[in-house]
Parts: sequence; C-alpha cells; structure tokens
Amino acid sequence: MKFGVVIFPGSNCDQDAFCAVRDVLGQPVEYIWHQSTDVSGFDCIVLPGGFSYGDYLRTGAVARFSPVMNAVQDFADNGGRLIGICNGFQILCEAHLLPGALIDNNGLRFICKHVNLRVENNNTDFTNLCSEGQVLSIPIAHHGGNYYADADTLKKIEDNNQVILRYCDSAGKVTPEANPNGSLNNIAGIINDRGNVAGMMPHPERAVESILGSEDGTLILQSIVERLMA
Amino acid sequence: MSITNTEPIDPKVYQEMGLSDEEYGKITEVLGRHPTYTEVGMFAVMWSEHCGYKYSRPILRYFSKYKEAIDGAGLENAGIIDIGGGYGVCFKIESHNHPSAVEPFQGAATGVGGILRDIFTMGARPIACLNSLRFGSLSDARNRYLFEHVVGGIGFYGNCVGVPTVAGEVYFEECYAGNPLLNAMAIGIMKHEDVAYARAEGIGNPVLLVGSRTGRDGIHGATFASVELTEESESRKSNVQMGDPFTEKLLIEATLEALKTGYITGIQDMGAAGITCSTCETSAKAGTGMKVDVRKVPLRETGMTPYEIMLSESQERMLAIVEKGHENDVAAVFKKWGLHAVVVGEVTDDGLVHVYDGDELVAQVPAKTLADDAPTYQLKTSEPAYLKDVQNYDLSKIKEPTDYTEALMKVLGSESIASKEWVYGQYDHMVQTNTAVLPGSDAAVLRIRETTKGIAATTDCNGRYCYLDPFMGAQIAVAEAARNLACSGARPIGATDCLNFGNPEKPEAFWQFERAVKGMAEACDFFHAPVVSGNVSFYNETPEMAIYPTPVVGLLGIIGDVEKRCTSEFKNQGDFVILISGTRVNDEEKSEPVCELESLGGSEYLNTIHGLAVGRPPKLDLDREKKVHEVVIRAIEAGLLSSAHDCADGGLAIALAESCIMGKVGAEISLLANCAPAAALFAETQSRIVVSLPTDKLGALREIVDELGVESTVLGKVSGNKLNISVNDVSLVSAPVAEMELTWRTSIGSKMDE
Repeated sequence: MKFGVVIFPGSNCDQDAFCAVRDVLGQPVEYIWHQSTDVSGFDCIVLPGGFSYGDYLRTGAVARFSPVMNAVQDFADNGGRLIGICNGFQILCEAHLLPGALIDNNGLRFICKHVNLRVENNNTDFTNLCSEGQVLSIPIAHHGGNYYADADTLKKIEDNNQVILRYCDSAGKVTPEANPNGSLNNIAGIINDRGNVAGMMPHPERAVESILGSEDGTLILQSIVERLMA
Repeated sequence: MSITNTEPIDPKVYQEMGLSDEEYGKITEVLGRHPTYTEVGMFAVMWSEHCGYKYSRPILRYFSKYKEAIDGAGLENAGIIDIGGGYGVCFKIESHNHPSAVEPFQGAATGVGGILRDIFTMGARPIACLNSLRFGSLSDARNRYLFEHVVGGIGFYGNCVGVPTVAGEVYFEECYAGNPLLNAMAIGIMKHEDVAYARAEGIGNPVLLVGSRTGRDGIHGATFASVELTEESESRKSNVQMGDPFTEKLLIEATLEALKTGYITGIQDMGAAGITCSTCETSAKAGTGMKVDVRKVPLRETGMTPYEIMLSESQERMLAIVEKGHENDVAAVFKKWGLHAVVVGEVTDDGLVHVYDGDELVAQVPAKTLADDAPTYQLKTSEPAYLKDVQNYDLSKIKEPTDYTEALMKVLGSESIASKEWVYGQYDHMVQTNTAVLPGSDAAVLRIRETTKGIAATTDCNGRYCYLDPFMGAQIAVAEAARNLACSGARPIGATDCLNFGNPEKPEAFWQFERAVKGMAEACDFFHAPVVSGNVSFYNETPEMAIYPTPVVGLLGIIGDVEKRCTSEFKNQGDFVILISGTRVNDEEKSEPVCELESLGGSEYLNTIHGLAVGRPPKLDLDREKKVHEVVIRAIEAGLLSSAHDCADGGLAIALAESCIMGKVGAEISLLANCAPAAALFAETQSRIVVSLPTDKLGALREIVDELGVESTVLGKVSGNKLNISVNDVSLVSAPVAEMELTWRTSIGSKMDE
C-alpha cells in the first residue's frame, strides 16, 4: 500500500500529511510534484492544505489546472482513494471531483482553532473506524471554509449520505453556534457519490498525536488504511 | 574603469535623503571626489540609523555578545545557539513600526516576511513566528483600523508561508495611538553543518539575484524608519513595500534546497536598502568587492534608474554567491520552484562595489566604508523631568474600590489584560505540527522532532514600567520573560531584543534608551541568556507625543523532556493553590505579611481603575527571581505540578482568575495583608508564580522550595465554579468563572465587531 502527497506551489501542510502517514500510520508514502503526469503505483492520494499558487485568485482555482490534476482525475475515475484536506478540499471542488464550493468564512477572517465534528456517516472509506455520531476534536485553519451548494445539490448529497462530518458542540449537537464559518448544514466534510473521494476543511493530520492535543484525526487516516487492507 | 568629473550634489538633495553636511563631506573625502546621484542614495540609506546604527552603536556595547562580536570576528552567525543533538537554533526580532503606521496591512505583512528571510538565509528552516504589538485604545476607530489590519497582515503572510505564529503580546496605551508598534520575531532550526554565511567569497564567483522581480516599492524605506512620523507620513506610503507570501514560501523551499547543493558560498536576504545593502555587506564581510550590472536585474516596471534599482526594497529577494561553473545548478533549483535566478555580477578582489548600468559605471564605492563605517555619534542624555513627579506619587492616597469583584472584572476586561484569542485565532498556530503548547499560556512550546526536547518562546515588555523607570522596566521585561519560560518548564538559552524608542536626538529619549539597554543587558547576562540578535527602532513619535520606551525582549528556552511541559490553567478540583515567591506573603508564623502598596506602582489596576501611570515599577531582586524559576522548573521536571502561571500584569488576583478561566474551574483563596486589600489583590510584585498541585505532593514541593531558600504559601484550593478571595478573613471577591470568562474572552472581539 502506498500513499502519495501532492505538492503544489504554495502547499504548506504537505510535510505534516507526509509525517502523519509515515510516522503515525506507519505506511509507505511519497511526495508527488505538481508537474508530474503519472500517479501510478499509489493507493491513496492526499491533496494537502496550504495556499496553492498563493490563493490570490479563488482558492484552489489555479491548482486544479496543474498538470498533475489530469492524472489525479483519472486516478479517481478508476476508483483510487483521494482525500483533499483544507486547500485540497477547495481544489477538489474547483475540479468538480466533489460537489459544491467553499467560499469565504462568514466572519471574513481566518480562523484557527480546535473544533468538534460529528461523524454523520461511518460507513465510508474515510470514517469506518469511527462510530456514528462520534464527536471528534480536530483543528481547522482557513479563511475560505464556508461550504456552499445550490439547493438541489445540497438535497442530493444529504439524501445520499455524502455528508460525513458536521461542525457540532462538545455534546455532538449541530448548532448554529458550533458552526465556525457559515457552512450550509454545518458541513465540514463530504464524499463523492461513488465514495472514493473525500474533502474536509478540518486537518486530521494535525490531530494524530497526544502532544498535539488530540489523536482523533488518526481515526480518519487509519480508516483509509483499513479499507485498503480489506 | 573609474568615475571622474563628478559635480557637487545639491545639499537639498542629500539632506532630503537624510545626510548631514558633515556626512556628505566624509563621503567626498572617502571617494576623493563628489559622489554620483546613485552613490549618494547608497550612502544615505546605509548610513541611516536603521542600517548604520549611527546613534545606537555605542550604547549597544552594553550587550556582551554584541561587544564581543564587534571587537572580534564580526556579527555574523553570532545568532546561532547550540541545543545539542547536532541542532542549532537562530532567532531574531525586528520592528516594522513606521510602515505599519501608514499602511498597516502591508507594513505588518512585510515585517513578517523580512524577519523570516533573516532566518532562512542562515540555512535554518523557520519553525515559528511571534509578534509584539502596541496600539492606542480600541475605543478609537483609527486604532481599531490599525489593529484590524496589522493583525490581518500578519495572518495573511504567516498563514500562507506555513510558519506557525505561536506567541506574542498586545498592549493598548494612548501613547501608541499615533505610532503603533509591530515587532516581528522568527525562530529557525538547522543542523550545524547546514549553516550558511553572508559572505562574498571567491574572486570571480558569479553573483545571483534570486526570487522576485525588482520594482519601485520601498525605495528609501530605511531612511523613512529614521525620522519621526508627521502629517506628511501618509504620503510616504510608497516607501512601504508590498508582501507576496506565496513567493516567500517558494523562496524558503528553494533556498533551503539550493543550499543543499553545496555550491552556494554565500547568501544574504534583501531587506532594508535592498541590493545596496546585500552587495556591500557580503563583500565587506569577506574582504572582497563586487561588480553588478543593474540592467541584468529582473524588473517589474520599465524605466527604472540605477538609483531606483539599487535602493528598491522589493520583497522576497536574495543575493547568492555561487561557486563559478555551478551557477546553472543553483539556478535550476530556483527555476524548479518558479523563481528568477539571474547572474547580475561577480566577486572582485578590490574591495569596491562597482555598479554598472550596462556599460556605464554609475557607482564605485568601498564596500567596507558603506557597510561598516557609518559615522557614529555620542548623543547627549538628560534625565526626563517627568520622572520625579510620577515616581514620587503618594500611593497611599489611592482610594480603595467599593466593590472588589467589580474592580477585578474591570481589570480582567481591560484591553491589555483580556484574552488575545481574537488575535491568535486569526493566525495559523498549528501548521508544521510541532506546537505542543498553543497560544494563550505563558509561553508557547514547540517540540523538536527526533529529540525529546522542546523549545519555549515568549516576548515581553511592560512599556509603562519602562516609562516610570527604564532601567528597572527593562530588567523586569527580561525577568518576566524568563518567568514565562519557567512556567512551561524551560530554562533560558538566548535572547533577542527590539528597542523601540522616541527621537534619539532628544536627550531625554536617549537617556531612556541608554538606561533601558543597560538594564536589559545586565538582566540577560544574569539569566545566562546571551542577546544574539536585535534591532533598534528610534523616532517612534508624532508631534503630539512619544511612545513609552518599549524595549521588547524575545526569550528562548529549552525543556529537556517536552512531555513534561506545564501549562497555566488549573486542572483538578481539590488541588492546592500555592504561591511560589521571592518574598514572604501570608506567613502567619513570621507574623508580618508583606505590604505590597509600593508594588501597585505602574500597575494595570492603577491604569484601569484610577487612570494613573504613576509610582515606580515593582522592585526586582534578580537572584531571588531566578531561584523562584528554578523551584518551578524542578517541580515541573519532577512531575509535581498540575499548573504554573506567571503572576504579572494585573497582579495575583488576575493570575488566579486566568488559571480559573482557562481551566474552567473555581478556587477558594485566602490572603493576608497588612495594608490596603487592593494591593494584596492587584499589586504586581515580581518573582511570583501561582502553581497548583495534588495535595499529596506538597511535601515534595516544599523540599525544593527550602533547598533554594525561597517562599511558598498555600493560598487555598481549586474548588467549585467561582473564584472566591478573602483578605484577612474578609470575603472581598466572589466571581463566577463563567462570568469572568465572558468578560475576559469577549472584551476585544466585541469592540472589534461593533
């Protein structure tokens, strides 16, 4: 089994994701340069957080045109496991590999803090080690994490159980106060309809060791390993 | 080729650039002719206070490491501290005050960018940023605007480059209204063998300009930093540079990767004075010279003159000197990261910086004269007249509050005391996944991968104390910073300073500067924290007022076992709450509780409740201070403590309240006092740390306390969900933790969102 972590110009959580996979999951992992056109040999690809191309245009809007993204698209079409974290989620939405869009936080400021997330669907490639309704503590760090989709799309992903994580309070209640950025239906993470592509604004790779204040992110990353081993 | 037949420069021209008639005379003497227009510009900026330290240099000799370096091998890499395991750390703090006053967002952003380049140009990977900020009160719209955009600019830059902003401080005082302070600090880590040098070695080696294109932004930024702010300063916006953190992120990765090739013989970042500074400093350090052609510099605008190109402070650029024949190997790394890397010249053996505009020689000056021989001046000092009045204020006539709980709530909600979550919540403080103690505690802690160690970092300065007594205020800044480190379990290893003062040409301001530097230097020596880097920022005044003297110290410490790190919040119901202190309090056996009235001098209580900045700063006994730290560090290492929190701004009551709020628990506290109860609650007596621990560990703590000969007092217990404090058995404070939290946590945010 091999993980790949894509480096776009401006990625800055690539090393964190790499270390989490190598040191905490204990799985083989390699970097994938943004100009690479071949991603064969990987079982799971991570699009990491950061500010690809500075995000001076709409977040993720330039990165989706990187040479590597054609290969990533094919990888996903062929059923490969693909997860976008923060900026990676934004890129996946821009590339239409996931439905909806991420717009500026409703407070118009960058937010960095630990948040509580409720696991909405634990029967996925990315959450199978969690229990349904489990509350995870994982940090967010973004300026544009406000999930938006038109009414039809939103209904479709809700009906289809594609919402995997929602912002909630410490007791697991999904409330407006627990929504840090204005996301519709408190959505923090989703999967595509096929279930092999996930995007989430919170950073699981920042919550994989007790010294970082939480190990809940390990559940997300290890779930991928479980599914790939199955 | 040489320059001949130059005409005298119009005095108005060089005076406008900040040079005096005598300095112009010295230039003609050195050159043996009149300078060209480009040369005058180069001298003006290199000999400004900002680059040349022409006023501060004699005083900076109080710093032992600085004196050693100046008298010996030079300043370079004096900044690297060995932390064992083959690793070194380097760190530096720098001001960007004037740019932030006129263009807060870009001023702050480029302040962060500049200090980061100082770190990775040494071959170190930046692992953390801190910042120390000062503004006028948030009740004023202009101050809110400055605050919002300075914080926004720091976040914009730091978040994008992927370096966590982990700690800092923010104070609000009227004296900073016209001239806010932005001091940015960065920390880097490296393997010793990866250290890079800013030296132009090797005659004939090519000189590469890498990174961004050069534009007209920031021309004479260093000169702008060396004058007072006035109404006209708004028109100086073009002196402010524009930051591009995306390019900086690429530059960090490309530089560290290019250094690994082993072909870079010298490298220097470009900050103040741009190409002028980097060419003459790298040559001067190596005893070589350099030839550069400005026409080869990649430009962002057309029609730029040699003068503009040499003085531009466009950001995200570096000068690299490369082994001849390997320029393409090095350039390839930068090009891989999408950056320019262009040969603009070569190293020469004649000690001169030659600037060509194509075939035409436009400047030819001795590198060493430009870099090292700025004229220095012994300025007059005079003790300011206000000092006697404020110091002799009779504190016994201060009226006691009618409601102590209300007073506590007011101090908790004051802008300088209230939670800074509104600030650090906008900074990515977790990227790189090393932050082991998040912002909000006394010091941030970062783990060092592949070792058991941790680095603790903090910045500190109470400007009000320095206004009341610059010597003592500066010593307290160092003592408090070291106390912050001790609360996390760390011992200091090094310091950096950012000296923010008024106009040095005014004897009163220069007196403050000299006294503060002396105090800080002595205290740093005492704590074995060599000052390895620093920055001086003068002229922090407007026609209305000067800032408080604000010598900010950035202190770094090491924790041997990062798993043992301690934080400031109470954790367990039933834990004892103990005050470790240099002097006695509450000791019934010795029957005489200390009167702390004097320690109300300069306190936040006097400022918030009575609107006063009077008295003397609290007394400080460095020896006792250090012993208190040692007790707490040893107790943390022995695993005795549940929490440790520095007792500083706001006094004992605020320290207790903060430990309650952050731990979401209450405490039952009883104090003894033999003078005004307000002093027992709010005096800012030094050398005190509030700790909590399980009751069965008290004996072990007392052993350490006795061994070091300091005092420990049981103040009470962690209990319930209210903070109750009695003084001499009279209940004075009863505050629900939830109410205190609301006041403390939302004070700043609610003002900003109005």
